[in-house]
Amino acid sequence: MTTTTRIERHHYDVVVIGAGGAGLRAAIEARLAGKKTAIISKSLFGKAHTVMAEGGAAAAMGNVNSRDNWQVHFRDTMRGGKFLNNFRMAELHAKESPQRIWELETYGALFDRTKDGKISQRNFGGHEYPRLAHVGDRTGLELIRTLQQKIVSLQQEDKRDLGDYEARIKVFSETTITELLLDGDRVAGAFGYYRESGEFILFEAPAVVLATGGVGRSYKVTSNSWEYTGDGHALALRAGATLINMEFLQFHPTGMVWPPSVKGILVTESVRGDGGVLKNSDGKRFMFDYVPDVFRKQYAETEEEADRWYTDPDNNRRPPELLPRDEVARAINSEVKAGRGTPAGGVYLDIASRRSAEEIRRRLPSMYHQFKELADVDITAEPMEVGPTCHYVMGGVEVDPDSGAAFGTVQGLFAAGEVSGGMHGSNRLGGNSLSDLLVFGKRAGGHAASYTDQLASRPKVPVGAVEDALEAALAPLQRDTGENPYHLQQDLQAVMGDLVGIIRRESELVDALTRLAELRERVAKVSAAGGRRYNPGWHLALDLRNMLVVSECTAKAALERQESRGGHTREDFPTMDPGWRRVNLVCALDGDAVRLEHKPLPKMRAELIGLFDRTELAKYLTDEELADFDARAEEAN
Amino acid sequence: MGNKREFRIWRGDETGGDLQDYSVEVNEGEVVLDVIHRLQATEAPDLACRWNCKAGKCGSCSMEINGKPRLSCMTRMSTFEEAETVTVTPLRTFPVIRDLVTDVSFNYEKARETPAFAPPADLAPGEYRMQQVDVERSQEFRKCIECFLCQNVCHVIRDHEENKPAFSGPRFFIRAAELDMHPLDAKTDRKQYAQEEQGLGFCNITKCCTEVCPEHIKITDNGIIPMKERVVDRRYDPLVWLGSKIFRRGETPQSTANSAGKGSVVHSGARQTGVHSHAGGSGDPAAEAQAQQGVNWHREVPHPTMPAVDDRGRLPLTELTFDRAAAPSPFGDDVTFPLPPEHLNFAHPSQDDKPAGEGDKH
Ligand SMILES: Cc1cc2nc3c(=O)[nH]c(=O)nc-3n(C[C@H](O)[C@H](O)[C@H](O)COP(=O)(O)OP(=O)(O)OC[C@H]3O[C@@H](n4cnc5c(N)ncnc54)[C@H](O)[C@@H]3O)c2cc1C
Ligand code: SF4
Ligand code: SF4
Ligand code: FES
Repeated sequence: MTTTTRIERHHYDVVVIGAGGAGLRAAIEARLAGKKTAIISKSLFGKAHTVMAEGGAAAAMGNVNSRDNWQVHFRDTMRGGKFLNNFRMAELHAKESPQRIWELETYGALFDRTKDGKISQRNFGGHEYPRLAHVGDRTGLELIRTLQQKIVSLQQEDKRDLGDYEARIKVFSETTITELLLDGDRVAGAFGYYRESGEFILFEAPAVVLATGGVGRSYKVTSNSWEYTGDGHALALRAGATLINMEFLQFHPTGMVWPPSVKGILVTESVRGDGGVLKNSDGKRFMFDYVPDVFRKQYAETEEEADRWYTDPDNNRRPPELLPRDEVARAINSEVKAGRGTPAGGVYLDIASRRSAEEIRRRLPSMYHQFKELADVDITAEPMEVGPTCHYVMGGVEVDPDSGAAFGTVQGLFAAGEVSGGMHGSNRLGGNSLSDLLVFGKRAGGHAASYTDQLASRPKVPVGAVEDALEAALAPLQRDTGENPYHLQQDLQAVMGDLVGIIRRESELVDALTRLAELRERVAKVSAAGGRRYNPGWHLALDLRNMLVVSECTAKAALERQESRGGHTREDFPTMDPGWRRVNLVCALDGDAVRLEHKPLPKMRAELIGLFDRTELAKYLTDEELADFDARAEEAN
Repeated sequence: MGNKREFRIWRGDETGGDLQDYSVEVNEGEVVLDVIHRLQATEAPDLACRWNCKAGKCGSCSMEINGKPRLSCMTRMSTFEEAETVTVTPLRTFPVIRDLVTDVSFNYEKARETPAFAPPADLAPGEYRMQQVDVERSQEFRKCIECFLCQNVCHVIRDHEENKPAFSGPRFFIRAAELDMHPLDAKTDRKQYAQEEQGLGFCNITKCCTEVCPEHIKITDNGIIPMKERVVDRRYDPLVWLGSKIFRRGETPQSTANSAGKGSVVHSGARQTGVHSHAGGSGDPAAEAQAQQGVNWHREVPHPTMPAVDDRGRLPLTELTFDRAAAPSPFGDDVTFPLPPEHLNFAHPSQDDKPAGEGDKH
């Protein structure tokens, strides 16, 4: 081993990479199972992406409408994902999210209340009943702060009992993991660096939970922060795990497009839930023209009916502004393409003319405040200019639904949260992510803990692998002939935004793949100026490799899937094809190259498919599957 | 559409640094953080700066802009004059790591010391019932994005490193207040804690913290003042005092001087340099007096105890699956000692800058 570069060593039972909702919940569970747990995060503790979630966390508690229950939530989730979801994950999610939300109250969370003192729930696109537990429009902040404070309280217990806050759970903030280390097929540890000092650090641990979030930084217009470089996706691939559904990216329909200081920043869906409407430059409320057949029955046909819904949801159908996100994003895209957009290339979102200024300030306080301070836009007085922004990746690590254990060849690797795939199918409903983090974070943490219990021997970190990881990490600093990482990032963003964006075509995807191959060569030679101490250029240089391989997965899968579904729209194959619903596209790494495989979707259990009526299923299933459904229904009679 | 604007940005690390001049293109509608990003992408790729959300939601991008503590993602360029040079420096209260990044671990230590929410024993998850009006007071404080601007601006620690051990700062006063006002929190000594352990008495209500809070939390009016008032009430109203002695013994310690019964350890070293008295005083004579007394040498030191065992009566060691009985080597088990001397990278601090021979005198 080269001792010229110091490497700090740590030993843990479970290492959780990521300190967002999923990571923190997993760490709490592993610590409660008695495991020595490390939490690793690229930014400071409590700043992970989860902090930005606004709308709320979906859980069928039935506090506002008592007709809500897990079956209805399950149905909404499957519909939203266009039936491509892993049904078991959707089932577990719908069943367990109420408990996970209630549990947060015992950690100290303070959600907004109903009149009878329960947790209040709000309406959101795609959810049949008011279902999102919320705190104004800063639900993510409440969630992450609560989990952060729960971890502190566990540390206080350890301090009391064992004399050290960090005896059993320690947070490594501003620390980036660049490589997972394997002993054969088993996870043995993780290698990374402290951002602050540039010193290297090695965690030896038999179980690793990935909770690294998404990939949005590969796009020009995105609501995502610098952290979202697809690290977890890439780490998993390189460790021998597989990714599924990578072609499905959610473009949030209402990101700000003007002024530039707020470009990409979200206008929460609750603006529409609370009465905001979308208008084109002719002043027309255009969403009525874009209700697809599958949703025709649930959405209003006239403005009058839509407006009545806000006060009387039981007797009226909902406004089309509340269609699932992919539909709204596509509608906006079509309006802009048809020349009816705003000067900055978006449409108008108007709440100012529909609600009183006082009501807007009360119901959407941080929206109001954010736009006032950030952009000098007063949302109570003028409409906002919005357009689609890259928001969420449905695809991710292919996992076992019950345990969160990664598929592929690797053992001891678990994934939860945005980095895992399957739960949301081809499109995620708003609010389903925050509850997903809690449900599957807990499961992954618990199963990682029990995995370490059944290990006969502890995997060993191979010396050679550490040396390789070290060398790869130092390489950009040692080269001075390569390109500036910021330029490479801009080029990558241009390729992804222009060619693998919201509307896709075969020729462009083919072009994108060639350009990504070129970029791969350039990224391999990237060089970073400066030293190791808090050097953002160097950090980006190391992240680029991850962004690139994840982008390749997305482009490849998008080219392969010849249909339009949820977060994947092909101009050359504009409709949904029931045949493709039975297929998941799975990415794995073959040496350096991305390999794509077709894999059949697991078949839904009879009692679950029985929750849908046949006419609805007919829109999604093949004739063969429908015949099977009829046969089973007959048997039951 | 952009035009050039003048910037002075502090570059350096804990060993020192200075302001450097940059002229950068600025476009309409941009904020200071946009400009810093532009610099990173062009002239200064290694310029260190924290950020995450670029939307005023995460509290990462705190810095001092023209001397004022601000979130750089929320500071619009249009608030400056065209010809004005914008000076950007790191937060002053915390040690610099590099450029605009400071070591804010002080805040995380204080967070860890503040006792956590105590759930009511008789309520199961799902049974919590609270009214909106009752949760709103705590919710105001839970808006905090932990930007630590209030901590940075508070004069008690801004230029007084020596006060840091004894003083948690406004961010954590409102954390205590939030729990104090939480309708279902089972702990009843939040105010005493703020007074006795967090150094609430140091605060003389200058309201600087409230002024800089980007979330517009009324830190002083809604958090600190009510906490102070009630602490004062309980300690000086003879009836309350007597009542607490008679009815709530053991639950409400009377003052720091004999708080040992609670098992709390008075921070020794905390006040060894004496109190820093503020002009106008803290408005709380007892706190000043108490602080003057310094360490309470008569406190009862807790007895050393055995660590707790788990339900099988064993020590809670989690190295079950580990391949050796003792602790692993912190240097890695594949490193053998002594190391070959040519691989050592230790350099004596005086080795580099002193001519050979002179260093030997040390
Ligand atoms: C603006 C916005 C609004 C949203 N609103 C909602 C909403 O209302 N409702 C909802 O349900 N969802 C919402 N979402 C989606 C939701 O917030 C995210 O999907 C979710 O927070 C992801 O959580 P996570 O735990 O998976 O990861 P994150 O919270 O993103 O955390 C990822 C963590 O991994 C760490 N990490 C990453 N790579 C590495 C590495 N290499 N080494 C070490 N650490 C690493 C990061 O530092 C971070 O701590 C919103 C998203 C955005 C952007
Ligand atoms: S009011 Fe108190 S806490 Fe706030 S800045 Fe002044 S002294 Fe510090
Ligand atoms: S109270 Fe305000 S200023 Fe202080 S850390 Fe919180 S948000 Fe920042
Ligand atoms: S970057 Fe999040 S507050 Fe400024």
